[in-house]
Amino acid sequence: MHGSRASDSFLTEVIESTPGAETLITCLQCGTCGGSCPSGPDMDHTPRALFAMINAGMRDEVLQSNTPWYCVACYYCMVRCPKDIPITDLMYSLKRMAVREKLYDDRDAPDWSQSFIGMVDNYGRSFELGLATRYHLTHHPLKKVGVGPLALDMLSKDRMSLRPDRIKGIDQLRAILDKAKSMEAA
Amino acid sequence: MAERVGVYVCHCGSNIAGVVDVGGVAQWAKDNLEDVAVARDYKFMCSSLGQELIEQDIKEQGLTRVVVAACSPHLHEKTFRKACANAGLNPYLCHMVSLREQVSWVTTDKTAASEKAKAMISAGVRRVVLHEELEPTEVPVNPTTLVVGGGIAGIQASLELADAGYPVYLVEREPSIGGHMAQFDKTFPTLDCAACILTPKMSDVDGHPNIHLMSYSEVEEVTGYVGSFTARIRKKARYIKEADCTGCGICIEKCPKKVVDEVFEAGLGYRKAIYRPFPQAIPKFPVLDTANCTYFERGTCRACEKFCPTGAIDFEQADEYLDLDVGNIILATGYDLFDCAKIPQYGYGRLANVFTSLEFERMCNAAGPTEGKIVLRDGITEPKSVALIHCVGSRDKRHHPYCSAVCCMSALKFGHLVMEKTGADVTSFYIDMRPLHKNYEEFYDRLQQEGMHFIRGRAAEVTDAARLPGEEGKLIVQAEDTLIGRQRRFPVDMVILLGALQPRADAKETAVRFGISCSIDGWFTERHPKLDPVATMTDGVFIAGTCQGPKDIPDSVSQGAAASARVQGMITTGTVLIEPIIASIDEARCSGCRICNNLCPFNAIDYLEAKGVSSINAALCKGCGTCVAACPAMAITGAHFNYAQITAELEGILYDAVRGNGFGSPKRSGGDGRHAVIPEPALEPAS
Amino acid sequence: MRYAYYPGCSLTHSAAPYDLSTRAIAGPLGLALEEIEDWNCCGATEYISINKAAAYALVGRNLALAAQQGVSQDVVAPCSACYLNLRKVDHYMGKYPDLRDQTNQSLAAGGLHYDPGSLRIRHLLNVVVEDVGLEAIKSKVTRPLDGLRVAPYYGCLIARPQLNGGSIDPEYPTHLDHLLKNLGAEVVDFPLKTHCCGGHMTQISADTAYELIRRLLHNAAEYEADLIVTACPMCQLNLDAYQSQVNRHFGTGYHLPVLYFTQMIGLALGMEPAALGIGREVVSAAPALKKIGKVAPETPAAPRRRKRDDKALPMPRQREEA
Repeated sequence: MHGSRASDSFLTEVIESTPGAETLITCLQCGTCGGSCPSGPDMDHTPRALFAMINAGMRDEVLQSNTPWYCVACYYCMVRCPKDIPITDLMYSLKRMAVREKLYDDRDAPDWSQSFIGMVDNYGRSFELGLATRYHLTHHPLKKVGVGPLALDMLSKDRMSLRPDRIKGIDQLRAILDKAKSMEAA
Repeated sequence: MAERVGVYVCHCGSNIAGVVDVGGVAQWAKDNLEDVAVARDYKFMCSSLGQELIEQDIKEQGLTRVVVAACSPHLHEKTFRKACANAGLNPYLCHMVSLREQVSWVTTDKTAASEKAKAMISAGVRRVVLHEELEPTEVPVNPTTLVVGGGIAGIQASLELADAGYPVYLVEREPSIGGHMAQFDKTFPTLDCAACILTPKMSDVDGHPNIHLMSYSEVEEVTGYVGSFTARIRKKARYIKEADCTGCGICIEKCPKKVVDEVFEAGLGYRKAIYRPFPQAIPKFPVLDTANCTYFERGTCRACEKFCPTGAIDFEQADEYLDLDVGNIILATGYDLFDCAKIPQYGYGRLANVFTSLEFERMCNAAGPTEGKIVLRDGITEPKSVALIHCVGSRDKRHHPYCSAVCCMSALKFGHLVMEKTGADVTSFYIDMRPLHKNYEEFYDRLQQEGMHFIRGRAAEVTDAARLPGEEGKLIVQAEDTLIGRQRRFPVDMVILLGALQPRADAKETAVRFGISCSIDGWFTERHPKLDPVATMTDGVFIAGTCQGPKDIPDSVSQGAAASARVQGMITTGTVLIEPIIASIDEARCSGCRICNNLCPFNAIDYLEAKGVSSINAALCKGCGTCVAACPAMAITGAHFNYAQITAELEGILYDAVRGNGFGSPKRSGGDGRHAVIPEPALEPAS
Repeated sequence: MRYAYYPGCSLTHSAAPYDLSTRAIAGPLGLALEEIEDWNCCGATEYISINKAAAYALVGRNLALAAQQGVSQDVVAPCSACYLNLRKVDHYMGKYPDLRDQTNQSLAAGGLHYDPGSLRIRHLLNVVVEDVGLEAIKSKVTRPLDGLRVAPYYGCLIARPQLNGGSIDPEYPTHLDHLLKNLGAEVVDFPLKTHCCGGHMTQISADTAYELIRRLLHNAAEYEADLIVTACPMCQLNLDAYQSQVNRHFGTGYHLPVLYFTQMIGLALGMEPAALGIGREVVSAAPALKKIGKVAPETPAAPRRRKRDDKALPMPRQREEA
């Protein structure tokens, strides 16, 4: 039964944080996920390798890996997995765990997500200009050569707003989100 | 005269003794239960010594009944009944109580277990004193056998029976026998030519004095029971008079209508509207496919008729129906190949140079559509690189969860053939290599030495969208090479998909027709997966070959032989013993309401018009008890499960609740308020 | 046919042409779209990366409001990511009682509640093809798009995951192909039609994203498509707005306009391009659209009779399309 060895605590934690992930213990290590992944070649470890590492209890290495952050959530792995493992959902769980424990070294990806949700928490809607400026100015601004012209393009085609939209029920939303956040493990 | 019951409580090693206080329970039985003359506990009752213990006590202690409290009757009921019979006691005077499956294996609470054991033994003892001596019915066994399916398993079974001197009807749905094996080129691991080893057997079938081959025929209906089945066969019209046909084949040559042969050529080649599936077909008579025949579509042509030198074409021929009386049936109906188009990412049906295993067999076969040349879909170009994808539809929760047993070996075989014929580069994409049987691992080693490449990674997709240099104009197999942990792309010219073996599309209907069951996957269910793979739960119906589950040719042959051996055993014995634990109707009490007729799951109850009563066929009855319970007049008795016996068993279980009311009598004389009272039936039971 | 309309954040700005064209064709197609009052962001692929309970609650608010407002049992989302988030939350709440209870507890803090299964979440493309029907659409076409070679690009989230309700084949869908064919266009069998555009990877790792975008552009160009037609704002943004960056990065010269299927429907129904938001794409579609009606439609060649010495092997029999 899984969960009985000391090295299984990480495996158990990963499974419990993801609905439907009990099938992870039946993984055949067939490699369909690693073979299907569009960003697989850019990952430290393929999704399959990551599951082997989870099984081996390699908590730090897994949460430090860039694999979940390179997941584009295209769900190819999930629809092709012969054992019905909810791979993409597991990647999201690993992202959450890495953020909580501040284990992933490269700050770009988590910061992008944090900035995005910061906008949503404030306005109830995403706000591209705000998101882009906040994020890009604090993350390798000098490398962001194309962003300026891109932004100008979007503005000139009237596809970007200078000001955020705010929903009427923002207080209601905040109450809901605060309650939710209080329930999710710290 | 009071009965003398022997009670034997088995330890079963520590299986029972580890939970139940076997010694204490045995002693308790001796001290407390009426009629118990001897009560022992013993380590392994099923051992020779254990059995001899029973036999000795019957002889020396004059036992008239025996209760063995041990494992499940499924396992050893026969053993203990035989022991009693050896000592001269009717075997049906022996009763088993399951202290293992129903007590020691379902709890760890020793006190509760011992109490339950006492209750169950008490029930067994009270019941067994009411047992009657029963004798099984003997029914004759018709020495003729029906074999359904003319593939290698069916052929083997037929030949073994026929060579032993017994008549066989071999019914095959396709125009020729041979099955899937006839489609193959070579067989693993010997690389024997499939036709070379199959056609001698097919030849033996053809013209064998004891085999009546009915090809292009189907079994429509089966009635009867073991030893006496009747099968209604539909001989489909070939539109050819077999008596006149010489097999010259001019009709085939002259037929103007060419269609894709979806069956034998697996869709890779063509045949005519009038055709023989392959040159060595047995029987040699062609078949006219009316769905594609110009005459049947439009009323014109009739070229075959014009050119036939013996006037053997008969457009008016109709299907023929025959009834065959047989004693036993062997089902060897084979498998279907998985439809690889169900996995679109492999490109089958869309990308021209993706082939299935059966298509590739036809391609390699010298009598096939390319005369044995391995070429791309254009029919001309030889591939320089080939990929083999394992587990297509197998080991996959979305399709078939099981492993198809033969694909890894087939892949090795294909690899060898490709390299031998074309010198092309071959790469296999597998999850696990499964060369399991004799000389299979050595074959794997051979292919490694021959230079076949193996990538441990289930192919993710096959695409024609080139991305890297060298991929233009190729099919690219993308997979993770799991042994190095990297995604790789392999440009190849041809891809072969090792599709799963799956049950025939109509397997479930076939099972129903023959009165057997299918597993959840659709394979026919054997009587016991380890110890009885060719028998079914229906006496007289056997299964052999891939219809029971995916397997290779040696296993199919073995099962065909095994099934025929079982049948031969029954034929040489001449009769079959039908268990006497069956129901019977008291005609005097039967009102002819016929409620029982339709309730019987085994169709064992007939209505006798003349007498106005129902009657149970002893050979078909399985003693399930449904009719016994349903009869409003209580006119039906279930032998060995009559009212008195069942009531006694219940009272035995409730021994500590009904203690005050006396043992040994099924009648109640009124309770005292503190103890359970079993109510009187509204009617006096029939017995 | 009434639907509760969930435009999603992209459609309010970066994909405004999608929203504009959707509303423009809704009337003629008989779709009454009523926007959900005060809907909020669905969280895209971001919220779920940080906090699961909040991500579900965020979507939950939309579902609760839609159910409460009772416009229709069908909620239609034009954006594939919104479509995924809405139906995934609904499906998982139905499948996992703990998740359902937790989400409803969060919603309760805002006075809301949602019973999973009370709404049917639909993608706009599916609604158009299944509810309106290809025959009905074809009958309304006044300006057939013949002369135009289009590559139908579905993207990933409209087709996957299936969640026991996806009506589109996850590997090889054909809805959009058939729709465009019925609009008169020549549809190119574009094998990468459900491959991912990279999503937000443009912000995380531009190299990865550009490569994914390049593959799609390359494949469409290889098949000589004049235009890529899409059903997702993220895909449109990546393929369109980043096309020049991709060209710069790889030294390629793609010029492939990317439009929404709703804009194509509008054009075929005879509407003016500006009314459909055409002209607001970064890579101009104007040159491609000039081809409409110009090239004489080719009559399909008569099926070749099999010559006597033709060695070609037959292709596998195609199963009937669902």
